[in-house]
Amino acid sequence: MPGPLWGQAGGPLQREAEAVGLRLHAVCAKTIRRFEGDTLSYLALNGLKKNYGPVCAVEGVDLLVEKGEFVSLLGPSGCGKTTTLQMIAGFVEPTAGDIRLDGVDLIKLPPSHRGLGIVFQSYALFPHMTVAKNLAFGLEMRGVASAEIYRRVAETLDLVGLADKAERYPRQMSGGQQQRVALARALIIKPAVLLLDEPLSNLDAKMREEMQIELRQIQQTLGTTTILVTHDQQEALALSDRIVVMSAARVEQIGTPLDVYEKPTTPFVASFLGKTNVFKAEGKRGCLSLGGYDIAFDSVVEGHFVVSVRPEKLSLAPMSSQGLTGRVAMRVFQGNHWLFHIETPAGPAIVISQNNGYCVPAQNDQICLTMKASDLLLHPTVASAS
Amino acid sequence: MKAGREAFVLTAPAVLLFLGIVAVPLVMTVMLSFNEWSSTVGIISVMKIGNYREIFSDVYFAEIFLRTLRISVLVTAACIVFGVPEAYILRRMREPWRSMMILVVIGPLLVSVVARTLGWALIFAGNGLLSQFLLSVGLTDAPVSLMFTETGVVIALTHVLLPFMVLSVWAALGRMDQASEKAAQSLGAGQFTIFRRIVLPQAMPGVLSGSIVVFTLSASAFATPAIIGGRRLKVAATLAYDEFLNTLNWPLGAAVAVLLLVAIILIVVGWNRLVERRYAEVFSQ
Amino acid sequence: MKNGPLALAFNALFIAFLLAPMVMVCLVAFTSETYLALPTNGFSLRWFYKLAEYPEFLASFKTSLGIATSSAFLALLFAVPAGITIARYRFIGRDALNAFFMSPLMIPHVVLGIAFLRFLSGLGLSGTIFGLVIGHVVIVFPFAMRMVLANASGMDKRIEDAAASLGAGRVTIYRRVILPLIIPGVASGFALSFIQSFDETTMTIFLASPTTTTLPVRMFNYIQDSIDPLICAISALLILATVILMFVLDRVYGLEKLFVGEGQG
Repeated sequence: MPGPLWGQAGGPLQREAEAVGLRLHAVCAKTIRRFEGDTLSYLALNGLKKNYGPVCAVEGVDLLVEKGEFVSLLGPSGCGKTTTLQMIAGFVEPTAGDIRLDGVDLIKLPPSHRGLGIVFQSYALFPHMTVAKNLAFGLEMRGVASAEIYRRVAETLDLVGLADKAERYPRQMSGGQQQRVALARALIIKPAVLLLDEPLSNLDAKMREEMQIELRQIQQTLGTTTILVTHDQQEALALSDRIVVMSAARVEQIGTPLDVYEKPTTPFVASFLGKTNVFKAEGKRGCLSLGGYDIAFDSVVEGHFVVSVRPEKLSLAPMSSQGLTGRVAMRVFQGNHWLFHIETPAGPAIVISQNNGYCVPAQNDQICLTMKASDLLLHPTVASAS
Repeated sequence: MKAGREAFVLTAPAVLLFLGIVAVPLVMTVMLSFNEWSSTVGIISVMKIGNYREIFSDVYFAEIFLRTLRISVLVTAACIVFGVPEAYILRRMREPWRSMMILVVIGPLLVSVVARTLGWALIFAGNGLLSQFLLSVGLTDAPVSLMFTETGVVIALTHVLLPFMVLSVWAALGRMDQASEKAAQSLGAGQFTIFRRIVLPQAMPGVLSGSIVVFTLSASAFATPAIIGGRRLKVAATLAYDEFLNTLNWPLGAAVAVLLLVAIILIVVGWNRLVERRYAEVFSQ
Repeated sequence: MKNGPLALAFNALFIAFLLAPMVMVCLVAFTSETYLALPTNGFSLRWFYKLAEYPEFLASFKTSLGIATSSAFLALLFAVPAGITIARYRFIGRDALNAFFMSPLMIPHVVLGIAFLRFLSGLGLSGTIFGLVIGHVVIVFPFAMRMVLANASGMDKRIEDAAASLGAGRVTIYRRVILPLIIPGVASGFALSFIQSFDETTMTIFLASPTTTTLPVRMFNYIQDSIDPLICAISALLILATVILMFVLDRVYGLEKLFVGEGQG
């Protein structure tokens, strides 16, 4: 008589079953992680708050970071991202909330005992020490033997591509090189978490791009859990496994770069990452009314909304089409694409269209904007419209 | 070339003024130091090294110069020991305390040195504050006076010159990136290690220029040693005063002054070179 | 990085040390006794009233004021053109010239006193007010120069170019563009020079004659003979005037900028 329905050992059905079983297990594990709280995450921030008198600098950050993950804190200046990083580092005392690293409560520990690697915006290299001595400092504090220090310094300098610069002084090096020394100095102590405070903001555009790639490569090679603070959304999108978008002391959204860009949950996130159009719309039964254009939209209740849609998701069509009418106020040629500023009854709109020769209206032309309902994001007007 | 001509026209007056009232008097003084003097005739215009020979051979002068050197070294050391930590503490203070403290440190510099030294005379006198304090605490059983002692002069001079050291080190620390202290902290260093290995080396240029100012001013100090030290405890400046205005032996007085100037320059240049070599990394900025 | 309790205690002791002598002087000045009692036995203004019996102190005060004002003014007269030039132009010998102008700082006042005594007696000017003023000009010149330099260096040279492109001649540029912009430097240079001249003791002792005694020198001579509440009263008044001046200076310019320079912490 044949065995259970999913086959004998080695049979195709069994392999199928195993695959399903593995997938089920993975889903269960993920679910368990989500519900069991922070015991499985590497770095956990719970309700982290900072008040300076009556002013709230950080309103309440909840974040679970996996081991080896690269997370960016992204936002405009004053949003609280640097303060959050400083709290993790231990230079600012939180008003409330806690920080746990691998289960250990960090708040009780002074900065010198947290074992975190920090790269400061100004690099903060020790100007009176050579590059080698700068790197050796952290190891000296840990009582590592000199032979071992020598070996690790050489190894780390190699990792950041500065192998022949060991005896130079910081002031003899370029900005990009200094940045690498700062990185090496933070990495050599094999930190549990690497904290980067806008480390690339002092570099010129070309250097910044190069360093971004290198930074990511090094981080992936070492597998170090990393938290980056930046105001540059392109940087955050390029480097991170997940992005925490912050504004005015609050966390607006946490998600993967694709999530945060394609599915922003608040108008702020929509407009901070990439360009976006924001229209006022009115919800009626079964459709959304945008400046005279009714688009079929199920699952919308009555009321007033704010609708955001990416410029590249709007298409230009002749006046006869079904869409939002408008007048071309200005058009800008950008090489591989055109940028159109259109005035519509729903408000001003920006449209980006590829330079493929297809439908290029002139200034002051009347055109029609078409869009897909699935590309529209609805936000209730009560929430902070930008 | 127009710029050159304009520069010449604008700086020429100041240059002439300086040549006239700085270079000439100094040259005249050096020449005066080579003259001779007698109590009957007055100044004899010859060029002899008699005065210098007298200064170098007589123990009386050696003792005074040695005392001046000793006092200056002690005062400089005291200013470094107390001034450097104070400058560091000031740097770490938050407003509004910091501005207030700066005022308190700089303020005494504006007050006349005579008024300040008078205060020390009041404190050091036999029936002064210090004596009363020591008696009441039981550390001595007879009135103690620091007037007319070298210790008193050192303490008073330290008081007068401390602000210079604090300001100098404060300026050097101002050029330091404060984040480097945080970086050291994040790498595991304790407070004292941070001070010793990160802050102090970067403060050295300030310590150097401050010690030069303090040494120069204490070696050539007049009012404070005169008031606290009195007639019997002479230093180089009061010695020169004696010769010039009491004995009226101008050539000898001039020789003392020239020697004082040369000695100060030599010591300062040597000290400068020593420190710059030791802390070369910080200085070649 | 905050200051711990140990650091704050050190700071408190330091401040106490700095202020102790001046506090003492003020305390004794208010004594109600007829002799020097330490620290003080009661509160009275008798010694301040007694000052009226010593008109020579007021005369010395006026002398000091006059000399300080004249020497500060004269020093600036020469320092402003020189300072503007050094700050804005590159020419051969610029650094040497700057060092030359700063050299009085390196020369001990006792040496300057002797040198000037020799110089002035050679010119027949010893004991005169004019001679004393010249001596003070030398001493305060580096301070005046330093302030003008600091101010003029911070000025953007392009402003002159802009004025020239709009049609202004050299003299106009100086009169209407450069000079107005360096007025803060000139004012602070004057203030600093005034203070240095007023307080100057060592060199003045060598140069002063009975008719040209400045206040610090008269006080010094008095102290050589006796220390009593009268001299404390004068000193207390001097300290008070200085403190007021200090607050005014700080408000108007910033004491830290005067003594340390711009761009700190």
